[in-house]
Amino acid sequence: MKPAPFAYTKARTLKEAVALLAKHKDDARLLAGGQSLIATLNMRLSAPELLIDINGVKGLDGIAKKGKFVEIGALARHAQVERSELIAKHAPLIALAMPHIGHPAIRNRGTFGGSIAFADPAAELPACLLALGAEIDIAGAKGKRKVKADAFFKGLFETALRPQEILTAVRIPAADKNTRAGFSELARRHGDYAIVGLAASARADGKGLADVRLAYFGVGATPVRATKAETALAAGNVDAAVAALDLDPPDDVQATGAVKKHLAGVLLRRVAKQLMEAR
Amino acid sequence: MNEIDIALTVNGERVTERVEARKTLVDFLRDDLGLTGSHIGCEHGVCGACTVRVNGEIVRGCLMLAVQCDGATIETIEGLSDSGEIADLQAAFEQRNALQCGYCTPGMIAAAQDLLKRAKENKSVPSRDAIREHLSGNYCRCTGYHAIVDAVESVAQARAGNKK
Repeated sequence: MKPAPFAYTKARTLKEAVALLAKHKDDARLLAGGQSLIATLNMRLSAPELLIDINGVKGLDGIAKKGKFVEIGALARHAQVERSELIAKHAPLIALAMPHIGHPAIRNRGTFGGSIAFADPAAELPACLLALGAEIDIAGAKGKRKVKADAFFKGLFETALRPQEILTAVRIPAADKNTRAGFSELARRHGDYAIVGLAASARADGKGLADVRLAYFGVGATPVRATKAETALAAGNVDAAVAALDLDPPDDVQATGAVKKHLAGVLLRRVAKQLMEAR
Repeated sequence: MNEIDIALTVNGERVTERVEARKTLVDFLRDDLGLTGSHIGCEHGVCGACTVRVNGEIVRGCLMLAVQCDGATIETIEGLSDSGEIADLQAAFEQRNALQCGYCTPGMIAAAQDLLKRAKENKSVPSRDAIREHLSGNYCRCTGYHAIVDAVESVAQARAGNKK
């Protein structure tokens, strides 16, 4: 199908984009990478009157280490993040997840911020942010604010972003020598949305693990943490962690809830192994 | 604002056109410029039949708007073919029966060339797994993929100077 007619304008600065959104309200949508938006336009699942193209907004695509954090601009393309040496060194979980996001042609256009703002429940990056305890920068007509990943993903495609706000950057704690990361997902075809996936972070503590954070995706309306399994894994017991998985995934087009729950345990064993290995 | 003038370079030629904002890049290439080598399959980014190069990087032609290509350099399968850049890939696809109906082939070759070009820059030769992974976003409903992987692998080896 083809999109319904719409008008198109380019925002050159963040201020301009915020002003345009404030003016046109719900009639307008932001166009970043467009890898989800244009698909929904083509299918006429979405029919805005105006697209505000923010691809030309300067200063939103940086990747930088700022003190103890790595800051990734909302307009950084997936391919740019995937090839970043800084990400490989200081944000190993993100580096592990990137090759699973869509396909090369999608990663060349899709943006880091777009994936998070869209918040598909089976997407990789929202779960990574949850596992890392990231912080999300938001700009709007009333100024700027920050939201923790734990409070950002609220429901199916629903986030803490208010109408007419823009996600501008994400900050994640920079890895040090004790940081451990694990990532695994199962998909019908490499690059497709996951049937089930798991993003995990932890800190090496002697021979064991501390601060274990397990964030599952594809198992509900939002990425979810398996807190009981986290405690069991920190205590060093993988079998107990699998038994403690308190997930209740609904059936979807890809698999039944029971299959997903079983696969969540399979992934936990794989990811636990990654976390135990030295970085 | 529903119609916008754009100026871009397509296969080495300067093009200026007035396009509807809602027109996707692949529709623009096919309908306005008559470059029908880029195919339309799913129109939502799943099948890869519309894969073209924008500023040197492969993209989905159905997930980018023509208005976004103002000032861009576009290469379609026609341009890649005329320049000779993919002549060996084309020959390998033919030799190894890596296409049957041919609908996916322009996108498949554009995606394969992207991998091979990058591998050459990194002085590496992609494995069969890496080839499969890179082509995972391109559907072929005829061949079962094995012959495609064979063709791409043989070109990867040949370009690295290895005989196979």
